[in-house]
Amino acid sequence: MTRGFRIAFRVAIIAAAAISAILMASIILWMIGADVSDTFYTIVFEPLTKMLHISEVLIRAIPLCIIALGISVAYRSGIINIGAEGQMAMGLLAFTGVALAFPDLPRPLLLPVALIASMIGGGIWGFIPGILKAKLNVSELLSTVMLNYIAAQFYSLCLRTIYLDPAEQVYGTGTPQSMRLTENVWLGRITGRLHYGIFIAIVLAVLIFLLMWKTSIGFKMRASGSGARAARYGGISVGFYLAASMAISGAFAGLAGGVELAGVHRRAIEGITNNYGFSGVVVALFGGLHPFGIVPASFLFGLLIYGSTLAPSKVGVPANIVQVMQGIIIIVIVTAQMVLSNAYFQDRVWRKYQALRKKEG
Amino acid sequence: MNDRAGLCALLFIFHAMDNKIRSLRMEHITKRFPGVLASDDISISVSEGEVLALVGENGAGKTTLMNILMGLYQPDEGRIIINDEPVRFRGPEDAFRAGLGMVHQQYMLVPNMTVTENVALGCKNAWSPFRLDMKAVRDHVVEASEHYGLKVNPDAYIWQLSVGEQQKVELVKTLCLGARFLILDEPTSALTPQEVDELIVLLHRMTEELSIIFISHKLQEVKALSNKVTILRHGRVVFSGNTDDYSSQEIAAKMTGHEIVLPKNTGKASAGDEALSMKDLVVLSDRKTPALNGLSLGIRSGEIVGLAGVSGNGQRELAEAINGLRHVESGSISFFGKEISNYTPRKVIEEGMGYIPEERNTEGIVPAFSIKENIVLKDAAEKAFSSGVFLRQKKIDEVAQRLVERFDVRCPGISTAAGSLSGGNIQKVILAREIERHPRFLVAVYPTRGLDMGAVEFIHSELLKIRESGIGILLISEELDEIMDLSDRIAVIYKGRIQSVLDRNEATRERLGILMAGVGEE
Repeated sequence: MTRGFRIAFRVAIIAAAAISAILMASIILWMIGADVSDTFYTIVFEPLTKMLHISEVLIRAIPLCIIALGISVAYRSGIINIGAEGQMAMGLLAFTGVALAFPDLPRPLLLPVALIASMIGGGIWGFIPGILKAKLNVSELLSTVMLNYIAAQFYSLCLRTIYLDPAEQVYGTGTPQSMRLTENVWLGRITGRLHYGIFIAIVLAVLIFLLMWKTSIGFKMRASGSGARAARYGGISVGFYLAASMAISGAFAGLAGGVELAGVHRRAIEGITNNYGFSGVVVALFGGLHPFGIVPASFLFGLLIYGSTLAPSKVGVPANIVQVMQGIIIIVIVTAQMVLSNAYFQDRVWRKYQALRKKEG
Repeated sequence: MNDRAGLCALLFIFHAMDNKIRSLRMEHITKRFPGVLASDDISISVSEGEVLALVGENGAGKTTLMNILMGLYQPDEGRIIINDEPVRFRGPEDAFRAGLGMVHQQYMLVPNMTVTENVALGCKNAWSPFRLDMKAVRDHVVEASEHYGLKVNPDAYIWQLSVGEQQKVELVKTLCLGARFLILDEPTSALTPQEVDELIVLLHRMTEELSIIFISHKLQEVKALSNKVTILRHGRVVFSGNTDDYSSQEIAAKMTGHEIVLPKNTGKASAGDEALSMKDLVVLSDRKTPALNGLSLGIRSGEIVGLAGVSGNGQRELAEAINGLRHVESGSISFFGKEISNYTPRKVIEEGMGYIPEERNTEGIVPAFSIKENIVLKDAAEKAFSSGVFLRQKKIDEVAQRLVERFDVRCPGISTAAGSLSGGNIQKVILAREIERHPRFLVAVYPTRGLDMGAVEFIHSELLKIRESGIGILLISEELDEIMDLSDRIAVIYKGRIQSVLDRNEATRERLGILMAGVGEE
């Protein structure tokens, strides 16, 4: 097989995937009577035209990236964490709690302490399903989803009770939210709403790469994940690394919550988790469970999420329809990836191509 | 018996005899996989009542060829001709319909279903949209098993059956599905010598009505059973002829392309200290029934003790208990005088135990990991391979490269995924890792199962080298030849106890076979 053929094969598959995704999405848009080309422009290109838009894309990519990194650690260690939503909520609670309790501490102390608290909050929430799986073989799909519910309700409860803004009580408006947090826990902003959390995400990506691929701890985690039986045979305590990876994964989701609070919202309100915990699973898988894939993948998903918020106002397409289109696009891309990794299919095409050339020649 | 069902069963057998496959030919079959030519212009032919032995080393393309015949793969070139008419099988269903039936090397039976239920799974004509005629299927099973002399209990659960009995179930199942032509993939690989003899008699009787292709690399069976033999090497037919015209040695030489003489243990009995000794060991199986029931055995440094027995008599549990992978209920395991029962796997490894596990593909290696990663599987956190928490990649590469060369692991490079290697090469990687760790003792479980002669020769000579260097080996195997070639002493295990321990020169195939079957000698 020549190098030229390999490249042509890849390009052809990617083009075919792109065309079929666009076609399917177009049919849906056409059916609801929307302007097809305008909608595509608004979703895919418009967000990249202005710095303001780009910064909005990035602030959505930051939590996605941090959460997906954590999920990749758990996934590589053999446990599927779909509880990031709840872990993030626990991180938000811990962060808010520290910020409300010590409003007078200086920033260099309070901000790191609050971020660490958010990691501990999420970490504990991740550790629970991890240890349950390691010791009692409880399915993590069950435990993480249930813990999501508990965390969501607990978060909601706290916003209405102990964290409730005293001003709300005075005026009686009763919006469930905390008071504005002290400036000492704010993350600075670069431009627009884009905050320094972006550097935290990038540094974490590098750290996760080093942890998983350059250290013996990562080696043992990956061994536990891709061959639990062989890992046990090799003297690796699979249960320990399972629970540890879930604690790390939860800590990352919690931290994503802390960073989001410190950088964007600066007060605890409802809806901060914004389904990032679930999108994070898709980002992690889409990024090939590797930090260097997760960073661009989280940008792409930030783009899609932001694009869907633009569509209703710009072209009158409901955000729900945009989500349907996103679903289609993701499934097509994943399918194309599988086709590309099928060496046997490529080999067959190569032989057909050769046979064709022989006939002509 | 329900008359209607009985009639059905009879009809089926008459029907089967009616539609005989008088001849089957595969002509110029070529099949490519990425980077490999699995079948290269292969032609074979079988006539009525004939038995063709398909012989060759691992990776020679025997199973691929049979999978093509069964419609599991499509050939890239060539055709299949039955009774002088070309046929095309798009899937196994087409092949079943044409009357072909295959018994795979790994039995395709659902353990927690009965024999009848397993047969019913494939018995399409017993199904109607809302009803499954279990009684008819059961009658069918009884009929077929009586007709062919295959004794099976239709109501037994598969998990209750021995490997030999499961094989009979596979045969009955295949026949019930209407097979008039049998393909058997290494049918004897998991059987005791007695079961093998029984199977050969059975198959002989079946050839009155059926034709058979069987895959094997055991030459005694080829000689005992087949009329014709076709030898494959690297996807090509290198020889075809009548079995009776050639000796086993001639066939072996044609199979490997050169003479193979398996090494033998001729050393003197060791006078070393006792390295590993088990006393009154009781260990439970996965089903929580006793797998080892008061087992006692001692092995000295510098000797090989072969543990012979039909698989499922506690061998796996013994190896796992020694290596800390299975809980010891009572009794002791003493390793150089130190009690190690219920140690963690890590601590057993640190005591200097080497272990070649039974499941080389899932336990011996992490298949998705590269060769080099698998070589440091047990030692990634040791000083030799990491400083602080960081892995010393250069050092790992160096060691892996050296071992791959020393053990002649055929691979594109040390970063190749270990799971993509052939069985023999995977076993070499495992052996390399265990030997490089300089163990004080080695437990080797089925070290050559399913490997070809070339790989067997290599692994046997390595095991003998380890013995020479004064290390004791517990060799667990079902292959009597392997045990008799390598062992200083031979212990026979039956139902979780040691039946008897014989010296090498006292042991004969017959004597071991009787002990393995559970018959005492007194």
